[in-house]
Amino acid sequence: MLDSSLRSNRLPAVPGVGYKPQHYDQILEHAHPVGWLEIHAENYMGDGGRPLAQLRHLSERFPISVHGVGLSIGGEGPLDADHLARLKHLVGWLNPASFSEHLAWSTHDSHFLNDLLPLPYTDETLASVCAHIDQVQDTVGRQMLLENPSSYLAFEESTWSEPEFLREIARRTGCGLLLDVNNVFVSATNLDFSPQSYIDAYPLDNVHEIHLGGHDEDEDDHGRPLLIDSHGCEVVDPVWALLDYVLERSGPKPVLIEWDTDVPDWHVLRAEADRAQAALDRIPA
Amino acid sequence: MSVSQTTFRAALLDPSAVVPEGLWDAEERPAGRRFSVYRNNVAVSLTEAMHQAFPVIAKLLGPQNMDGLSGLFLRKHPPSSPLMMFYGEEFPAFLAGMEQLSHLGYLADVAHLELALRRSYHAADSQAAPPDALAVPPEEIVLAKLEFAPSMTVLRSEWPLYSIWRFNSEDGAPKPAPGAEDVLITRPEFDPAPHLLPKGGADWIAQVQAGLTIGEAFEKTSVDFPEFDLGATLALLLQGGAITSVTIERLAT
Amino acid sequence: MSNTAKTLVIASAVAAAVSGAATTASAQAKEKCYGVSLAGQNDCAAGPGTTCAGTSTVDYQGNAWTLVDAGTCADIELPAEANGTARKGSLEPLERDLPA
Repeated sequence: MLDSSLRSNRLPAVPGVGYKPQHYDQILEHAHPVGWLEIHAENYMGDGGRPLAQLRHLSERFPISVHGVGLSIGGEGPLDADHLARLKHLVGWLNPASFSEHLAWSTHDSHFLNDLLPLPYTDETLASVCAHIDQVQDTVGRQMLLENPSSYLAFEESTWSEPEFLREIARRTGCGLLLDVNNVFVSATNLDFSPQSYIDAYPLDNVHEIHLGGHDEDEDDHGRPLLIDSHGCEVVDPVWALLDYVLERSGPKPVLIEWDTDVPDWHVLRAEADRAQAALDRIPA
Repeated sequence: MSVSQTTFRAALLDPSAVVPEGLWDAEERPAGRRFSVYRNNVAVSLTEAMHQAFPVIAKLLGPQNMDGLSGLFLRKHPPSSPLMMFYGEEFPAFLAGMEQLSHLGYLADVAHLELALRRSYHAADSQAAPPDALAVPPEEIVLAKLEFAPSMTVLRSEWPLYSIWRFNSEDGAPKPAPGAEDVLITRPEFDPAPHLLPKGGADWIAQVQAGLTIGEAFEKTSVDFPEFDLGATLALLLQGGAITSVTIERLAT
Repeated sequence: MSNTAKTLVIASAVAAAVSGAATTASAQAKEKCYGVSLAGQNDCAAGPGTTCAGTSTVDYQGNAWTLVDAGTCADIELPAEANGTARKGSLEPLERDLPA
C-alpha cells in the first residue's frame, strides 16, 4: 500500500494532448498551445538524441504526463525488471506531473506483442495485478494511475465487473485511476452494457486524469457493432456526451486528447482540446 | 474455462489457430472475429513498425514484399523488448537466410545500416572536441589519441552499401556501381547521416578505437591501403562532430 | 618514407581536415532526417479498424510469402558472383523457391 505522501499528481484540470514530435515547432510557437502534454514513456528510453532533448525542453514549459504502454502490469509472469528500471530512471529525472500505465498485458515469456491485451477479472488476477502495482509504486517511488482498457471480448472465467475490479485495485494499492471515457464507450458497445451504469459504478474519487480518443467502427461475426480503439480520428459526439456525464459527477479533471494514428495537423488536435475545455466549462457549479 | 496467456499468445501469432475457448461476446457466443482485433493489432502494428524502421529495404523490395516479409519476421522474431525504436535487430540475419532473396546479397548490409541509423539517433549525446584540439605541431599530432561519439558507427560492406542507400534515399542519386563501400555514420547534433568512407578509413578508425595513436594507426592502415586518405577520413569525423576527445601524451624533453 | 616525412604527411592531412571542417560546418548543419525520427514509436492505439488486415491466413501465414512486385532493386545491377553467375537485382522469383 502506497505511502499517502507519494500521492502527488499535479496535472491541472484543463485539457492536454498526446505529444507527437511532428507538432514540436507549432507547440512552441503557439502563444497558448495547451495546458499539458502526455508522452509515451517507451519513446523516451533511449540514451540521448532529439527525443530526450525535446522532452527536456518541453518539460520546462508544460506539465508532462508520462504514460507507459509497455510494462505489462496484467502479465501472468513477473514484471520486466529492466523495463521497470528504465521507467524509474525516466520518472526520476523528468519528475513528471503524472505517471500512468494500463490494465493490460503485452509481454509474455519475454516477447513483447505491441498491443494492450486483455485479462480476465478474477481473484487471482486481482492479486497479481496488485502485486505488480505495489512493485511499480515502490520502485518508481510515487503513485501511478491505472487506465481501464478497451474490450473487444469477455472472459468466461471473469468474476468481477471492471469498475469493481479497478475500485478494489485502487483500494488495495493506493494507486490512482485514469478513466478513458472512449474506452468505456467502446467496451460498452462491444459488450452490450450501459456506459452510464459503468460510470455510476466507477470510483470517480480515485480518478486523476481522463482520456478521450477516436475509434473506428467494424462489426463482429453476427453483424453486431464492434468498435476499435484506433486513436485515429475525432472524438465522436456520444463520447463527448459521456464525458459530460462523468464531469457532472466527478468535477473538473485533467482531460487528454489522444491521437496516435493518422496524426493530424496541430490545429485539428488543438480544436479537440478546445472542445474538451468547453466540456470543463459546462460543469455545473 | 480459463485462458492462459501462453494460449492467448500462441493463437495471436498463428492466424490458422482456433480462437481459444473461454473468450466470448456479450451473449456468451465464441469470440470469433473479436479475437481477430488483437491478432490484427499485433500483426499490423509490427508490420508498420518494420516499414518505418527499414524504409530502404521496403523501397528496394516494394511495399507488398515488405508486408509479406514482415508478417514472417514478426512471428519468428516478436520484439524482445517494449522499446519499439530498436525493433528489428534480427532482420539482417533473417533477410540473409531467405532463399528467395539470395540473389540480392546486399539486403542484410542495408538492413544493418538502417538499424545503425536508428541506434545513432537514440545514442547518448556528446560534445565534440574543440576545433583547435588538433591544431598542434606535427610531432604532437602523430601522438594524438582520439575518442569518438557514442552516435558514431562504422559499417563495412562487400557491397556498394553507401551508393545503394543513397540511390534509395536521395532524389536523383546515381545508380550504385559495383564495388565494396564502407560507411561512416555521424550525428552532428540530432540527425544521423551516412557517409562514404575512403578506402582504409574503417581500418584506421578501428585502430584508433583500439587505442592506437593517429600516427600508429596511419602506419598500420597504409600497409593494406597505401592510398589511404587520412585527411578525408578525419574531415568526415570532424564535420560530423564525431571526435569527442583528443589526448596527446607529449614526449619527455 | 622517413619518420619525419611520415609525420609531415600526417600533419598536413590533419591540418587540411581541421581547416576543411571549419569551412563546411554550416553546410553540415542543414537538417537531414531520413525518417529515423518517427521510426519505432510506441503508442497505445489499436489497428486500422479492420479485423482482417493482419490476420489473413493467405497473406501472412507461414511460408506462403512469395517474392512479387519489383521495388528499386530491379534497377540495381551488381557484380558477378564468384561462380560467374550474373548477380543482377532482378525480382524474378527463382523457380526452386516457388511453393508447389
